[in-house]
Amino acid sequence: MALKGRDIISIKDLSRDEIEEILKVAHRMIPIAEGSKIDRRLDGTILALAFLEPSTRTRLSFDTAAQRLGGRTITIADPTTSSVAKGETLSDTVRMLSGYADALVLRHPNEGAARLAGQMSDKPVINAGDGAGQHPTQTLTDLATIQEAHGTLSGLRVVLLGDLKYGRTVHSLAHALALFGAEITLVSPPSLKLPDEVTEHLDQMGARVHEEEQLHRALRDADVLYVTRIQKERFGDETEYAKVAGSYRIDSAILSGAKQRLIVMHPLPRLGEIAPEVDASPHAAYFRQAFLGVPVRMGLLSLVMTGKGT
Amino acid sequence: MAAPRELKITPIRNGTVIDHIGNGLSLEVLRIIGVGDLDKDSTVSVALHVRSQKMGWKDIVKVENMELSPRKVNAIALIAPTATISIIRDYKVREKRPVDLPEHIVGVARCPNPNCITNRGEPVESEFEVARRRPVVLRCVYCERQMDDFLAHLI
Ligand SMILES: Nc1ncnc2c1ncn2[C@@H]1O[C@H](COP(=O)(O)OP(=O)(O)OP(=O)(O)O)[C@@H](O)[C@H]1O
Ligand SMILES: [Mg+2]
Ligand SMILES: [Zn+2]
Repeated sequence: MALKGRDIISIKDLSRDEIEEILKVAHRMIPIAEGSKIDRRLDGTILALAFLEPSTRTRLSFDTAAQRLGGRTITIADPTTSSVAKGETLSDTVRMLSGYADALVLRHPNEGAARLAGQMSDKPVINAGDGAGQHPTQTLTDLATIQEAHGTLSGLRVVLLGDLKYGRTVHSLAHALALFGAEITLVSPPSLKLPDEVTEHLDQMGARVHEEEQLHRALRDADVLYVTRIQKERFGDETEYAKVAGSYRIDSAILSGAKQRLIVMHPLPRLGEIAPEVDASPHAAYFRQAFLGVPVRMGLLSLVMTGKGT
Repeated sequence: MAAPRELKITPIRNGTVIDHIGNGLSLEVLRIIGVGDLDKDSTVSVALHVRSQKMGWKDIVKVENMELSPRKVNAIALIAPTATISIIRDYKVREKRPVDLPEHIVGVARCPNPNCITNRGEPVESEFEVARRRPVVLRCVYCERQMDDFLAHLI
């Protein structure tokens, strides 16, 4: 499999086989990520972390991933104090960094920035989020969480809940789930439905997608509940927001009708979409999901920077 | 011999005829051609609102001493997908073909997404791929935004 040297810009650039390969390697990285096993396969390498929009969580997870494998990192963590603040183009920043490092991780406020960076760089570029665009390592992490909990990605029933319009993570996740033949149920307020463009794309893929108004009904035979953040800014008035937020809040009561093996996921940070009482239940998978971000990025870095899988 | 019904304007010796332009779109076609850049001796004639068997009403543009670059043909294909382009040499039609949209369209239209990296002063041309034909929908190769209102976004 030729992931070595590849740009990882969008989950759509990856085939099902490639995604499976990344998840397999990611799984083997877990003991190394936990510190119970040593593997220094990135020894001698330098990874550039170009966070031209701050995102501490994502930056630290990449930084941790590289260092766990013995690699070193150079970082732009705050664009306001770097050459970017002086008006340097992204193209120039990327060409400079690709002269220094063996691979680049880019976070940028503009959509399409990572695709452009990939063209400008002669080293592989990994997209760590470009505006409202793509964030493939988040999707890979989501898939790893589901795979770990259920042992498979095929034939699962997945409920996507909340802001399905602006939440880019759900668009990429829906694509990936469709690739693996999952059955997708959409639950969202009318104003935050999945965009037509995404629905059409899923149809073209032959995905099984349907909408459900009642969350408790959607949950009855679900294997995965993916909860998104519902942002206040998306609503005209406070009461409308409060109503929607309230009706989609996940607590023990709503989960009492779900299957034992249902997992609840959330990209974090949460804003009250999931009650703290759920944290202690066997359904809660969001902290595991956050942890798995590290081994997934380790697996990806290993494959992209060294070509090494197992 | 009866004159061809459509030759309402003086025949040209050498040049390009863009026929079957959707009614009222010829001025946009002229803008794409860039009339100002033409050889100063060239005549440009435009027929607006011409009867057409196939399409009811249409526009026609004829330009002397000019052949269109592929980029301009792509731009015309976007806003006037029914157009045909004829190359005239020595008063005769030497070549005639419908405009045809390639899979990738570079530098013809701006991305409608203001937050797209191609609208941010980077040294890069806009690039779209055809997401759907009939009616044409393009997708930005960079930000993946789709667009179908090309007139507003032509460069
Ligand atoms: N010498 C010329 N000068 C100007 N226009 C010309 C000349 N010869 C042909 N044309 C125009 O070029 C186009 C193509 O010519 P052609 O003779 O193939 O037309 P047609 O038989 O009407 O075909 P179509 O089915 O494309 O309408 C027509 O719009 C015609 O009016
Ligand atoms: Mg005719
Ligand atoms: Zn764009």
